[in-house]
Amino acid sequence: MKFSNSWLREWVNPELTTQDLADQITMAGLEVEGVEKVAGDFSGVVVGEIVTCEQHPDADKLRVCKVAGHPEGEMQVVCGASNARIGIKVPFALVGAKLPGGVRIKRAKLRGVESFGMLCAQAELELGEGGDGIWELPEMAPTGTDLYEYLELDDETIEVDLTPNRSDCLSVAGIAREVGVLNRCTVQGPEIGPVSQQNDQSLPVSLLAEAACPRYVGRVIRNIDIKAQTPLWMQERLRRGGLRSIDPVVDVTNYVLLELGQPMHAFDLEKLSGGIKVRMTEPGEELTLLDSQKVKLQEGTLLIADEEKPLAIAGIMGGLDTSVTGDTQHLFLESAFFNPVAIAGKARSYGLHTDSSHRFERGVDYRLQEKAVERATQLLLDIVGGEPGPVHIRELSETMPAERHITLRRARVQQGLGVTLTDNEIVDILTRLGLEKIDQNEEGWTFLAPSFRFDLAIEADLLEELARVYGYNRIPGESFAAQLEIAPRPESETAQREFEQILLAHGYFEAITFSFIDSDSAVLFDPQAEPVALQNPISAELAVMRTSLLPGLCKVLQYNLNRQQNRARLFETGLRFVPGPQLRQEQMLAGLVYGSRFAENWTGNKDAVDFYDIKADVEALLAHTGASEEFHFETAKHPALHPGQTAKIMRGNCEMGIIGALHPQVQKKLALRKPAFVFELSLEAMGKGRVPVFSPLSKFPEVRRDLALLIDADVPANSLVKATVAAAGETLIDLKIFDVYQGKGIDLNRKSVALGLTFQHSSRTLNDEEINAAIEAVVGKLEEMYNASLR
Amino acid sequence: MDRVEELQLLTEQALGLVKRADDLAVLDQVRIDYLGKKGLLTALLKGLGRLSAGERPAAGAKINEATRLVQDKINLRRTMLEQEAIDAKLALETIDVTLPGRGEEQGNAHPITRTLKRVEAFFISIGFSIETGPEIEQDYYNFEALNIPAHHPARAMHDTFYIDPATVLRTHTSSVQIRTMEKKSPPLRIICPGRVYRCDSDVTHSPMFHQVEGLVIGENISFAHLKGCIDQFLRAFFEAEVPVRFRPSYFPFTEPSAEVDIQCTACGGEGCRVCSGSGWLEILGCGMVHPNVFAACDIDSERYSGFAFGVGIERLAMLRYGVNDLRLFFDNDLRFLKQF
Repeated sequence: MKFSNSWLREWVNPELTTQDLADQITMAGLEVEGVEKVAGDFSGVVVGEIVTCEQHPDADKLRVCKVAGHPEGEMQVVCGASNARIGIKVPFALVGAKLPGGVRIKRAKLRGVESFGMLCAQAELELGEGGDGIWELPEMAPTGTDLYEYLELDDETIEVDLTPNRSDCLSVAGIAREVGVLNRCTVQGPEIGPVSQQNDQSLPVSLLAEAACPRYVGRVIRNIDIKAQTPLWMQERLRRGGLRSIDPVVDVTNYVLLELGQPMHAFDLEKLSGGIKVRMTEPGEELTLLDSQKVKLQEGTLLIADEEKPLAIAGIMGGLDTSVTGDTQHLFLESAFFNPVAIAGKARSYGLHTDSSHRFERGVDYRLQEKAVERATQLLLDIVGGEPGPVHIRELSETMPAERHITLRRARVQQGLGVTLTDNEIVDILTRLGLEKIDQNEEGWTFLAPSFRFDLAIEADLLEELARVYGYNRIPGESFAAQLEIAPRPESETAQREFEQILLAHGYFEAITFSFIDSDSAVLFDPQAEPVALQNPISAELAVMRTSLLPGLCKVLQYNLNRQQNRARLFETGLRFVPGPQLRQEQMLAGLVYGSRFAENWTGNKDAVDFYDIKADVEALLAHTGASEEFHFETAKHPALHPGQTAKIMRGNCEMGIIGALHPQVQKKLALRKPAFVFELSLEAMGKGRVPVFSPLSKFPEVRRDLALLIDADVPANSLVKATVAAAGETLIDLKIFDVYQGKGIDLNRKSVALGLTFQHSSRTLNDEEINAAIEAVVGKLEEMYNASLR
Repeated sequence: MDRVEELQLLTEQALGLVKRADDLAVLDQVRIDYLGKKGLLTALLKGLGRLSAGERPAAGAKINEATRLVQDKINLRRTMLEQEAIDAKLALETIDVTLPGRGEEQGNAHPITRTLKRVEAFFISIGFSIETGPEIEQDYYNFEALNIPAHHPARAMHDTFYIDPATVLRTHTSSVQIRTMEKKSPPLRIICPGRVYRCDSDVTHSPMFHQVEGLVIGENISFAHLKGCIDQFLRAFFEAEVPVRFRPSYFPFTEPSAEVDIQCTACGGEGCRVCSGSGWLEILGCGMVHPNVFAACDIDSERYSGFAFGVGIERLAMLRYGVNDLRLFFDNDLRFLKQF
């Protein structure tokens, strides 16, 4: 909502500067977005009158005019506008004038003819859009008057960003009402009396959609002069309210919209067939709207129609065929109340948003219609003349909005707001706001809400009004008391933040990437899935919900590689969205490492990071659950990962994550020079761990034996470990693989593995025979299972 | 030469040698030569037998005294030589202690997470618990149950991403309020941190950002409590007595509703580019829980009242750390991340 400060001041004029007024209404909940001067900065421009106008001797497009308005008499001005002609009044920038943008007008010679000043277009003064030709001022504009003063440009536009509940403030009258309440001062609008009818003509109106339109006021005005000009003062107020001047009839309806908040529509009476029918659409109907687009009318749209055809989409936009044109002689004025529920969302469904729909879907005062018609008639008669018929009111009392009686309990004021207001204060504030006290008892009061306040319906609404007018900032802040109880916090559960902390300590930086990605990346990592797609994505880059956090991390890596960062350790936590009959939104933890194992340093270790580096980081996470023995890694395949360097991470029989090197083809596609290693884990699967259980420490010595074995190269370490543990018996308390070698000196299909076995008994010292037996059992078992031989 | 002279001479010789001994081997040789079994001073002791019983004690005492003196000097000299040897060895082991340490550097939490953690800590310390919910959300939880029916003009305040007509990306974490109230009964004190989505992308809007929603429900919870809670939180967060103002506003799920501004941290209220000249920065929205929301969750609004607030984490982080561009948070430039 945008309006002129001086217009508002005509209605209500508290002793406040514009800025203070803006601050005051902001703090009352009508947030002022901006206060701007209504005109560009100019001076030295007067109302000029073209006295003579002749063709320039040397230029087809220029005219040489004599212009009156300068204090010293007529001046010669060379002008390029085609509408320059004798007798018109125009803005005349004198020599020495300053125009918006800092242009100074000087004496000039145009093609050999001297020019003393300039005749201005509307746009050149930043007073409107008119840019072709000079601006023609009204005939009665007094020649020689300073234009700034003549147009009363010492004014500001105030723009208020209204919340959807405050439709009552979508007019100068509404803002004035609010300012009056806040400053306890009188609000006085223009006098709007009934305009006496000069003919009997009226149109029958049938309200066929009772709930959607319970009230419709119409009036016929005959014999208007559509050629008349909208007065400058009205054009200016419209402009300052953000509306363009179109023709006098539309300008008047728009003016009433801004002034009183009632959207109106004027039909060309000659183009209507029979009476008005307010009804819902029928199948197959179409309408060409004022903006010339032809729309198929959707089911459930409220229409204004006549006996034959749809005329307008009610409350949203009129039709082109019945609109007022340059030939219109007779008008039918509409001023209706449409139920917000009937209008809400409809404009949007046609891709429209109009000043009218904006107001109707938020709520227009359902008692305002006659007043608006009278006001419009009064203005129209002043401008275009004509003979009004009677005001014709149709109202369905059954479906009119019910009167809202709101009970306010005294105790609830203190309880809800935490501040004590006296009875007088309470009743005073609410009455000033237009509520009517209709009942009172020991507990409190009952009020009748005014017809313009759609947002007042329950007790809480009145509490807000009280707080708002009393002043939110006068209410003290208090601490609340709470009965606190210690909530259980299972020790076996690890919070996500703890896992994050471990990765931070391992040199990872946390990234946060968008949850939506491009579908190519999604497919690259998850060719099978059909990711959840947005109906209205911002762009193709952000179109589908991620099924993995890895594409996002890879993108971050690329971004950083492009900025001369050559080493990265990154992680992210967040949901992935796994489509299926039942969509799964799963909290994941994913990581990525790239580049050297250590940040560049003086020790000269420049080794590249590999699978086992990132695996150690994952093992640290798993160990933190306290249940690391429940997890294991299994060779696996993944479409985006290296077929020989990928493992699934298992908890028991349940796959809960993946780890591996990016597939060389993916690496190439992402233009990564070196391999990247990634992991992704389900946090839910890791959340539950174990509370530690103590086992007694043995006092007896440990014995360590090392075994160097040759085994088939394809035997995985965990199989070897499993078999060794099983064969060695209970006294084996620790087993380490302390060397693995493949290559020179060893058969191509074999590898050398060194095992370190530590034995200990809980209650006695083990003897050599026992240990030897265990070792023999191990060697025998490995020989049998994996063709192992001692080196 | 009489015995006394001999003793004196040997003693002086020994002490001289001790003084000149410049390594431990030479020193030990002196000890052997004079104090060893066959040492020169030891020999004098052995010669005592030739003296008369009357002379023996005095002569013995003198020899013992000389022996002790030499032994003490040797000990002293040895300690000194040992110390020198250690010093020399340590001198060779000197390293440049100003070189950086070896090993992995420390990573950083994202500034958004850092901010979330601080916010969470404040509220946990006064008995709030953390609740989370889905990000692909049913229209019901994101809108309907929050008193925003279909086609309500307030929906235009949220540029919503749709999955299908009944499913959205949550536009606020207020949806978690409803889910929590369905599960648990009052009194409640919760915060709901998380990602939220709005179909809007420019210099000052990101299609994804973070919010913390707070909800307190109890008997006799008032607007004054809401004000106290928000005031205290903002002071704690900014570690300053930052001026705060409450402006009436509108959210369908609260009544009364307020928008909270803090005095611009960049200009101190003078008006600058950060606050677009107003001197104030909009920082969060809040209000008393609307009775319709209680009704949707089967909570008796005659018995219970409550307040809710929602704060944008990016905004807090930008103000706290002076980050001047929202988009930096989602670029994840390591040079940016390493600053936190």
